Amino acid sequence: MPANDDLQKAQRFREAALPHLDDVYTLARYLLRDASDAEDAVQECYLRALKHFDSYRGPAMKPWLFAILRNVCNAEYGRRAHRHSAIEDTPGAAEQTPIWQETEASPETEVLRSRDAGAIRKLIDALAEPFKETFVLREISNLSYREIAEAVGAPVGTVMSRLARARAMLRAAWMAEEEHSK
Amino acid sequence: MNCDEAKMLLHALLDNELDAGHAREAEAHIASCPACAAELASQREMQRVLADTNLRYTAPTSLRIRIEASLPQPQRQQPSRRSVLRGFAMGSAVSALAASGVVAVVLRQDDQQRILSEVVSAHLRSLQAGHLIDVVSTDQHTVKPWFNGKLDVAPPVIDLTAQGFTLVGGRLDYIDARAIGAVVYKRRQHVVNLFVAQTSSTEHRPPKTQTMQGFNCRRWGERGLNFWAVSDIGADELAEFVDKFEAAMKANVEG
Repeated sequence: MPANDDLQKAQRFREAALPHLDDVYTLARYLLRDASDAEDAVQECYLRALKHFDSYRGPAMKPWLFAILRNVCNAEYGRRAHRHSAIEDTPGAAEQTPIWQETEASPETEVLRSRDAGAIRKLIDALAEPFKETFVLREISNLSYREIAEAVGAPVGTVMSRLARARAMLRAAWMAEEEHSK
Repeated sequence: MNCDEAKMLLHALLDNELDAGHAREAEAHIASCPACAAELASQREMQRVLADTNLRYTAPTSLRIRIEASLPQPQRQQPSRRSVLRGFAMGSAVSALAASGVVAVVLRQDDQQRILSEVVSAHLRSLQAGHLIDVVSTDQHTVKPWFNGKLDVAPPVIDLTAQGFTLVGGRLDYIDARAIGAVVYKRRQHVVNLFVAQTSSTEHRPPKTQTMQGFNCRRWGERGLNFWAVSDIGADELAEFVDKFEAAMKANVEG
């Protein structure tokens, strides 16, 4: 009778996956930029995760859930919110846009003013993919480079260069906005 | 090391991802290169501001409940367990059948053990950042109405600050596949979760303390409600909490 196994599996799944709900929801909000889409994507993510829980071999639950969420977001939602802003991160593109270029002009004494969370979330939301995703996984979800690489299915080197560009772009946007508001 | 290499490694340095050897090399370069030093300083500054800002989102309770509800639930296989929240055990029907029946007793303990484990899990969940309280208030007249319309039961909310247990708020939680009310108190730095669920039995059930995963859980039934008080405070302090709560309830009813 499979009933008992199912229940035990569901219980193990509950204990392993539900504590990460806020993390998964946070990533969904940044990827989809819409609260109700994010809710639907997270629910679908947990359904799929439960379905594939038997094949889960670790090591870490969070990157595994994130990887599933990414698939859900790509497949079901096409990340439509920011498709238009995606940038290729091929080596060629990286050469054309050196990672340090955006911030080179800033004098070293310039200090970012603290802003409210809403304003910073907007700046992050405006980042192009795949840089935003890498940035959120590192700065907000606190994943290690290796875990990010696992979640997004890219080599660690790619993660590092995306992160460098994401930070450069965010800082540039931030400075530009401060300049504007002066 | 040149600037190109250093500018890439600088982020790994910021994120503590460099091994000692590379970290030393990168730091040596940065110490001798004003441009790279400025870049590191400005990135560090941004990271600091980001870390000081709450950029996370909290999943809505409704989503949590939807996901919980989509998981296989015990009662699908064992419908009898649905009655658990209505009575501590099998409800009045079984009591009427004479609770001395061995089967009934075994089932009762089984159910209670499972409910206890769910109550303790709910308590643990509540201790994670951002999960403790849906309505934050030390005022019972704010917390009590908040539950209106969210549950099929009106959990009693009593301020016990004078008795040494500070009311900090309320929350919807999920036990035995049903939404139930949790009233949150603090004793010094310790959290006491008081879970309240409706029961069809109006019979009085004396408080009983059980321990699971290092938490004490004291449960009792009164006025058609089942109560579970869970905390990491000592069993005697938790018993004191229950006594004070019941005393205040009686005073309220009589007053």
